[in-house]
Amino acid sequence: MAKRIEVSDLNIYYGNFRAVEGVNISIEPRSITALIGPSGCGKSTFLRSLNRMHEVLPGARVEGKVVMDGQDLYGADVDPVDVRRQIGMVFQRPNPFPTMSIYDNVIAGNRLNNKRMKKSETDDLVEKSLMGANLWNEVKDRLDRPGSGLSGGQQQRLCIARAIAVEPDVLLMDEPCSALDPISTLAIEDLMTELKERFTIVIVTHNMQQAARVSESTGFFNLNGVGQPGRLIEFNPTEKIFSNPDEKATEDYISGRFG
Amino acid sequence: MTATKAPSEPTQQPAVRRPGDRIFAGTAKASGILILLVLAGVAAFLIGEAIPALVAPAEDIPGGEGLAAYIAPLILGTLLGAVLALLVATPLAVGIALYVTYYAPRRIAAAMGYVIDLLAAIPSVVYGFWGLAVLAPALRPFHQWAADTLGFIPFFAGPASTTGRTMFTVGLVLAVMILPIISAISREVFSQAPALHREAALALGATRWEMIRMAVLPYGKSGVIAGAMLGLGRALGETMAVAIVLSGGAGATLTLISNSNPSTIASNIALRFPEATGIDVNTLIASGLVLFVITLGVNMLARWVVNRRADFSGAN
Ligand SMILES: Nc1ncnc2c1ncn2[C@@H]1O[C@H](COP(=O)(O)OP(=O)(O)O)[C@@H](O)[C@H]1O
Ligand SMILES: [Mg+2]
Repeated sequence: MAKRIEVSDLNIYYGNFRAVEGVNISIEPRSITALIGPSGCGKSTFLRSLNRMHEVLPGARVEGKVVMDGQDLYGADVDPVDVRRQIGMVFQRPNPFPTMSIYDNVIAGNRLNNKRMKKSETDDLVEKSLMGANLWNEVKDRLDRPGSGLSGGQQQRLCIARAIAVEPDVLLMDEPCSALDPISTLAIEDLMTELKERFTIVIVTHNMQQAARVSESTGFFNLNGVGQPGRLIEFNPTEKIFSNPDEKATEDYISGRFG
Repeated sequence: MTATKAPSEPTQQPAVRRPGDRIFAGTAKASGILILLVLAGVAAFLIGEAIPALVAPAEDIPGGEGLAAYIAPLILGTLLGAVLALLVATPLAVGIALYVTYYAPRRIAAAMGYVIDLLAAIPSVVYGFWGLAVLAPALRPFHQWAADTLGFIPFFAGPASTTGRTMFTVGLVLAVMILPIISAISREVFSQAPALHREAALALGATRWEMIRMAVLPYGKSGVIAGAMLGLGRALGETMAVAIVLSGGAGATLTLISNSNPSTIASNIALRFPEATGIDVNTLIASGLVLFVITLGVNMLARWVVNRRADFSGAN
């Protein structure tokens, strides 16, 4: 089930360094929200705070609230492991498990949930997830081969298949196409458009055309200088951001007049 | 620069090679050849010296029943002690390595790393005396208990030793000795498990232990096997500690806890060599040859295990 995420007054730290400051944002279900901005402004950091992946780094912590359909994800009694099972993530570099076959990669998350599944059930799930990731036809004859033998674009779609196989509520994608060629990129953009029917998608991208093509809403992050915290400068419907943004900094950035 | 040549005709001219490259390639090759020569020399010596024992009539061999009857119990003893050590040390070493790399607070982890490494720096004589003076007496009650309750298992068949100077104690001493080797190598490979895959597991909702099972253990498996084989090699060849602790020497029995333990090849050589003459020397060297072959076999087995699923090793 796609879910809404409400973030209020979020500050994110690496040790004593405040990397992101004062983020307020409301992420709509069944839509694609794009995050853009220059390197180092905290897009990845913010994205990783949404599924509590930020805190796996030593010394990393957050202040503020992230609420998903009424549940505070940073509440005292919330297990980050459960949060991550509901909010899936696709990373910048494709990271299928090299020691697992394509088949096992797809159901890696389901195996974690400790459910004993029948072979016929996992077969169906693998097919459905790979279909969902538009990868089935390319790999159906070699499901027992290692995932690391696929091309970069195929590996990334395998990672998407792995993420959607557990039926998360939200899918976070951190520059999922930046290591891919244009054709693989288009394949993944098409895929995102299909997936938003079922999931809430948040994507970080360096590619402004991509943000404009796929997303409903866009957030622009910026920072005042090196060592300063990044901030969410503007959050608006994508059309507005790219035609008539509220902030001068946004306009400068998207028209390439930045820094 | 040497890159002026058109890349379309690479076969027509040998690539220009820089002196640095040539010198390095030369020394690397020389080292490789040298190690092979040394190995071949040792093998040739062992075989040459062992031949008289191989062709000698059975009654000339110590024990009077021929070479095979002389060496077989020693092989058994060697394998018993080393395998016991491996079975005890490997899980312990893997546990320590995981604790140090993924569970312990950083300061404790560093301190523990040093302490374990220190174990490797202790000379084996010291281990021998520790086994004899501390471990053997301490294990006496266990020997009795094992004989009473587990006696139906051939490894624990009585009568229990009253001194504790048994193969069981030897195996534990050897386990402590090989622990640092296995845990150091395991620690190294575990800490190199790529963050990319560890994060992939965590992002799927893996607990820390599940993350270790998905992204660390499979990645480190071949390293652990390699470490275990290095440890096994050391345990197979260990001389002093075994010679000091073990009081056995008779018979080819499987029991680990009685006084009828067979000795090991290496400690037998160490104990008998000083007084050996004539054919006895050849016999001892023949047993050394057997140890050499066993160790070689172990290493080849390990290599085979490591390479079997090279596709899935994560190296590609
Ligand atoms: N593991 C880390 N430890 C310390 N600082 C980090 C770490 N990762 C990122 N940062 C810092 O946090 C800020 C935001 O980084 P990041 O979120 O990666 O930016 P973006 O994804 O927008 O390029 C940068 O100043 C970066 O140096
Ligand atoms: Mg980033």
